[in-house]
Amino acid sequence: MQSFTYHAPRTIPEAVALLTESEGKSVLLAGGTDILVQLRENLRHADHVIDIKQIQDLARLDGNAKQGLYLGSAVTCSQLLRSPITQPYAALRDSAQIIGGWQIQSRATIGGNLCNSSPAADSIPSLMVHGAVAEVINEDGHQNIPVSHFCTGPGKNALAGNGLLLGLAIPEVGTISGSAYQRFIPRYEMDIAVASAASYIELLEDGTVATATIALGAVGPTPLLASDAADMLVGETPEEALIEQIAQEAARIATPINDMRGTIEFRKHLASVLVKRTLQTALRRATGEVVVSHPHV
Amino acid sequence: MPGNSPAKVAVSTTINGQSHDFLCQPRQSLLEVLRDTLQLTGAKEGCNNGNCGACTVLMDGEPVNSCLVLAVEVEGKQLTTVEGLANKGVLHPLQQCFLEGAALQCGICTPGFLVAAKALLDKKPNPTEEEIRFSLAGNLCRCTGYDKIVRAVQAAAEQLQAEEAPLPSSAAHQQAQQQQ
Repeated sequence: MQSFTYHAPRTIPEAVALLTESEGKSVLLAGGTDILVQLRENLRHADHVIDIKQIQDLARLDGNAKQGLYLGSAVTCSQLLRSPITQPYAALRDSAQIIGGWQIQSRATIGGNLCNSSPAADSIPSLMVHGAVAEVINEDGHQNIPVSHFCTGPGKNALAGNGLLLGLAIPEVGTISGSAYQRFIPRYEMDIAVASAASYIELLEDGTVATATIALGAVGPTPLLASDAADMLVGETPEEALIEQIAQEAARIATPINDMRGTIEFRKHLASVLVKRTLQTALRRATGEVVVSHPHV
Repeated sequence: MPGNSPAKVAVSTTINGQSHDFLCQPRQSLLEVLRDTLQLTGAKEGCNNGNCGACTVLMDGEPVNSCLVLAVEVEGKQLTTVEGLANKGVLHPLQQCFLEGAALQCGICTPGFLVAAKALLDKKPNPTEEEIRFSLAGNLCRCTGYDKIVRAVQAAAEQLQAEEAPLPSSAAHQQAQQQQ
């Protein structure tokens, strides 16, 4: 691996100072499951590696169903899965369970998955449907950026190389609500999404939809929010025919590429199927049913 | 500091219950230091990019790929490598069951599987087959087809549970009589 100087600041101001002083020649290290591979394979160059895991404030994982959830940028997938307060955020838990295997989940952070900004990142569609807001700091001050506006292209985001993600603020979920994330991969586990979708749905007492959000992954340069399709659900009773129609509508915003993992046509088809399935799962969860996609131990 | 090799860093850590102090460069992975500096060559380098799990070690009880951990990051941590599984020359039930069940062929993936399986059984002593397969998804084996590995983990789980189970009532009764 290329040589670099390692820094482990203990406070946010120290980290920001290091980031500013290094004038773009540094990378931030959280779990390292992406960044260390990129440094080793010379996909990225850095004179300074700034490890954020010693900063107590970034390890924050708190909140409840009434106040919402706060996920510090150094919180790992495993910590998220172990924490009972993340239970209402089912889509996010679905994502955390399938980001790599157990060894990766012990290290990889949701914040890091967002900052790596892969179009196929498993956590981003789930953060988007739950309305997560990224709290960012740089030398100019604090900024709150909705996750739906955070990614600007493959591997690119609003941090623009000089910002530090402090954490993710995720609003409380509705009383009768559910969410789900699913991806398609050609094997059971341990692969990168060919296409993915997340859905969040909130119902009124009479069974009609109060709020719905749908996001697509791996079918564009960034994960995409399918707002027009989701809005078609509001005020309606979510019946099968309508869900089918909305799934097809949502997939219309997909602009996928052809690559070794799938063709444009296949990915568009997958997007619609996955939207349908995540809406169905979100609805089942909204009614209190426990739908387990993966056996978490 | 381009051009200059950054200064070596002193790291203190606990590996298999023993304290270790070593010097490393910031760019060195935990796997490199375990194998090349500390001569703990049980953890294997398979892919060196986090896919294969052959370098799995436990860090504060959690399985991690040691190729994706910088050695400087293990300051103050508790590590367990495959060398820490056997107790005074007696194989761990997982190791014994892997041997008896022929759950390996070339053996490169085995240390990683053993350590990941230990993490699983520490957390869940009686896992289902699905839980075993899901928990070991981060370990790749190109020889066995996985079935024998899964069966070996099941056998070790049974053995460990039998060792921990209280004596059956008749045996306990006999023992009590003998003590009288």
